[in-house]
Amino acid sequence: MPIMPAVVVDRLVKAYKTGIAVDGVSFALAPGSMTALLGGNGAGKTTTIAMIMGLVIPTSGAVSVLGVDMARHRHRVLHRMNFESPYVDMPMRLTVRQNLKVFGLLYGVEDLEARIAAIAARFELTDLLDRPTGKLSAGQKTRVSLAKSLINDPDVLLLDEPTASLDPDVADWVRGRLEAYRRDRGATVLLASHNMTEVERLCERVIIMKRGRIEDDDAPERLLARYGRTTLEEVFLDVARGRGEARGSAR
Amino acid sequence: MSGGADRAPIAFSPRRVAAMVLRYWYLLRSSWSRLVELVYWPAVQMLMWGFLQHYINQNTTFFARAGGVFIGAVLLWDILFRGQIGFSVSFLEEMWARNLGNLMMSPLRPVELVVALMIMSLVRLAIGLGPVTLLAIAFFGFNLYAMGLALAAFFVNLVLTSWAVGIFVSGLVLRNGLGAETFAWSIMFLLLPLACAYYPVAVLPEWLQPVSWMLPPTYVFEGMRALLLEQTFRGDLMLAALGLNALYFGLAATAFIALLNSARRQGSLLQIGE
Repeated sequence: MPIMPAVVVDRLVKAYKTGIAVDGVSFALAPGSMTALLGGNGAGKTTTIAMIMGLVIPTSGAVSVLGVDMARHRHRVLHRMNFESPYVDMPMRLTVRQNLKVFGLLYGVEDLEARIAAIAARFELTDLLDRPTGKLSAGQKTRVSLAKSLINDPDVLLLDEPTASLDPDVADWVRGRLEAYRRDRGATVLLASHNMTEVERLCERVIIMKRGRIEDDDAPERLLARYGRTTLEEVFLDVARGRGEARGSAR
Repeated sequence: MSGGADRAPIAFSPRRVAAMVLRYWYLLRSSWSRLVELVYWPAVQMLMWGFLQHYINQNTTFFARAGGVFIGAVLLWDILFRGQIGFSVSFLEEMWARNLGNLMMSPLRPVELVVALMIMSLVRLAIGLGPVTLLAIAFFGFNLYAMGLALAAFFVNLVLTSWAVGIFVSGLVLRNGLGAETFAWSIMFLLLPLACAYYPVAVLPEWLQPVSWMLPPTYVFEGMRALLLEQTFRGDLMLAALGLNALYFGLAATAFIALLNSARRQGSLLQIGE
């Protein structure tokens, strides 16, 4: 029996009056996989993630997560998903513990106090639990956001540039935690990023977007081989500068 | 965590409502300036109108009979105004905190958010107006609670109107961003002259009176004057107000859902801000 994909995105289009943000994007994510959505600013990564979560209604196309049609029944599956994004903040006046408690209740987490203690330990937040979130450093706030995104042990995790604005050391630490979570939980992770180091380290598949479309979609090593490059950054630049088409046609 | 994707979703979860009430309570508790502000404006308003009425009482026989009609109007008006502000500010806190995306992508349903906002509107009203009603007794001997069951009828109708306006304004802010925030602060003042808080409907020009009678608070303020001036409880007015409130509450809820869906179509939930 074939394994059902965790996420299916089918001919997704999002058109605004000002232009088309996402233009016929299709992909499926295997359960337990970690996939990168790679692209420059305005490529359509954030809009795609927002449509997967149901925050934005597609102009056309469909999204299903864990077999549930997100346009009609998103509330059947939202408790098994979570996300982290630099476009949203945690309430700054609430302490870390209060924030985790509120979101734990929203996600229906059982034995919440124990869960908060465990997630705080995982993200080294135990000593910060009773401090207001707004008083934390940027790196600490990112760890709180990630702790919130894992509070419900999600089966599907969507991350929008999770290490943006972090210094290399903290970013590396965060990547380690995400890698461990995916491995331990068997979760499906979609990671929007334009950080090539992050993508090379974490993801077994890379979807490259440009101007709302998928320009390429493959494993990192196959992309490197096909473009004749040694780093994903060089591949990304080839795609961004339009050199990908020539190489793609030689496939 | 519990459950699978194929289970029947819980359409309404008191636990999620409690989570949101807890979130707003934490916020309120963390900020003394927010707490002080809840009491400050109603107290200032009540004292100003109270002293004015005290002065008029000494100079006219009519107002001597109409003891408390101004202070009563001020306090009832504040239930209406602060009820709506209490609802809208709790919602705006999510916009100011850039937290709406977290909520909209969580299992929280719009109806649960609205119920939490209604509960917080009551909590803020209790914190803000409770002490002020005691001040009114201390300073002017005006006991709002002496209205008894009539006060309950007034309160229910005013709070329902405040929630209907709060729900509609929240929808506008969802759809149009914080640029529409000004409606939250000003929309109730559009009702002030028409709802006839401080004077009878008969004072209005004849052509404007039907407009006034379309507003539920008009019935409450007329009912309050009937109670204080004629010692008569007008149940007919309260029922008419309740009917109109049911209509406006339904319209506001429908508008909120339409504006939320429009925001999701336009992608404006991704660009929360001005």
